[in-house]
Amino acid sequence: MSDATQTEPTADEPEGDAPPGAAVSFQLDQRHKWYRRPDIVVPVVLVFLGLTMLAVADTPSARFRSEFAPPGDVRFDWAYFFHLVPQMLQGLFVTARATVLGFLIAASLGLVLALLRRSESRWLSFPAVAVIEFIRSTPILVQMFFAQVLVRATPAISLNALVILFIVVGIHYATYASEAYRAGINSVPQGQWEAATALNLDPLTKWTRIIIPQAVPNVLPTLGNYLVAAFKDVPIGDAVLSTGGVLFMANTIRSSDFRAVEPYLLIGVGFLLVSLPAAWLVRRLEERISYERD
Amino acid sequence: MEDWLLTPSQYGSLMGGARATLQLLAQAFVLGVVLSLIVGVGRLSERRWVRGISFAFVEFARGISSIILLFILVIAIPILLQDVFPWVRGQPVIVMASIALGINMGGYGAEIIRGSILAVPKGQTEATIALNLNPTQRLRYVVLPQAMRIILPPMGNLTIEILKGTALVSVAGGFDLMRVTSNLEASMLAGGVIGVTVLYVNVLVIYFVMAQIINGLFRLGERTLDKRFQQREGRAALPITTIHSGGG
Repeated sequence: MSDATQTEPTADEPEGDAPPGAAVSFQLDQRHKWYRRPDIVVPVVLVFLGLTMLAVADTPSARFRSEFAPPGDVRFDWAYFFHLVPQMLQGLFVTARATVLGFLIAASLGLVLALLRRSESRWLSFPAVAVIEFIRSTPILVQMFFAQVLVRATPAISLNALVILFIVVGIHYATYASEAYRAGINSVPQGQWEAATALNLDPLTKWTRIIIPQAVPNVLPTLGNYLVAAFKDVPIGDAVLSTGGVLFMANTIRSSDFRAVEPYLLIGVGFLLVSLPAAWLVRRLEERISYERD
Repeated sequence: MEDWLLTPSQYGSLMGGARATLQLLAQAFVLGVVLSLIVGVGRLSERRWVRGISFAFVEFARGISSIILLFILVIAIPILLQDVFPWVRGQPVIVMASIALGINMGGYGAEIIRGSILAVPKGQTEATIALNLNPTQRLRYVVLPQAMRIILPPMGNLTIEILKGTALVSVAGGFDLMRVTSNLEASMLAGGVIGVTVLYVNVLVIYFVMAQIINGLFRLGERTLDKRFQQREGRAALPITTIHSGGG
């Protein structure tokens, strides 16, 4: 009884008289269901919350300028370097936000593409394969130029540069995500499909209760890797569409102050400070989930 | 159908750009493979500092955005290092760009090579030690040939990623297919935006075809390698099975 009150002080549930049983079932959960394990769910939920906050936040202005007058020679100047940090952070924020919004499209569209590709009908699966292969093997830079020209050529559509950016990033990474989903779905053992058929489950129950919960552990780390990869591709939009991300910030400073070394090195450092911890988190998740599967 | 085609002279200049892109890719590929081999083997070194440097290189090359790395190498490095290494000052953009792409490829390639070396059965390494081969011979004649079958498929994907990366060079001022496209776009704008859309569709198709050719070359390599391995296994397996059937 005291055990139960220690772990859950507010709850007066009927299971209070059987703490050993509860402990055993918790251990079983720990071995079998990744989504009932706090050590996996809590970080994942926190990351999702952080990304959501980033997605709904306001976009800062894309205007960068420095009030600091650098000395005339081209030698590396630390004071100037540190002076640029707040502007770099602002650019990094725009880049991260575009990444999250783009990846939202990628994760949902990717599932649709994966399901289309698995479809029994050739009329659905063949175009899906063609689209995935074509988008995957052409440069995202050219796709951005193409989207920009397409928007300009269609009078009915008028889109903000940032919107074009995350639509292109979203579609590009949807094709990658669809491959991850496909691998995840294929990794669900054949017996599970057969059992679902034998139990006469309707397709919706089969997918939401049997297939997807088992496919997610394989998909989540791969999607995380693609999120980091998308973050690395978003600065391309700064060069093509002049969205106010990190690279745009460095280019603006370079043309206004005629200083090239500090801004570019600074955005390199700032970029690594975000992408390395992110990649490390994904790797931890991968290790934990694969450890659980063994 | 004709609406989707460009004029022959435009195709001519696009082909010139495609050649420049492939040349850039070749330079980056050579540097990338050399770096992957050195760093990939370095990550498995017995010396701690070699492992540390290789790890730092891999994390740097994989963590940084390729376009930012490109701008750092093309714009910042020549100014920063002009006193220490005067030769970086006058380098054409293409040289610095292929170094940037090569570094990028080296980071990913090193992980591929490390993984495939680890996937070669341990008995092979133990056998080379028993045969008293030195570490270079061990790698050259025993481990790498077997790792090659695991290396090739991801290396093909990586090469296509680098082909896609070459398009970035145009933004930093280098000459490639994308630069030619931008020039053509500037000359076409008088004719309306529809023509420019067609231009970009054509360029996307050219990149797609190049990627498929690279893919095909790597598939061919895989098949040749597989055939060689199957033959070898067949020859080795024959006497063993005859012994078995004779004994049983």
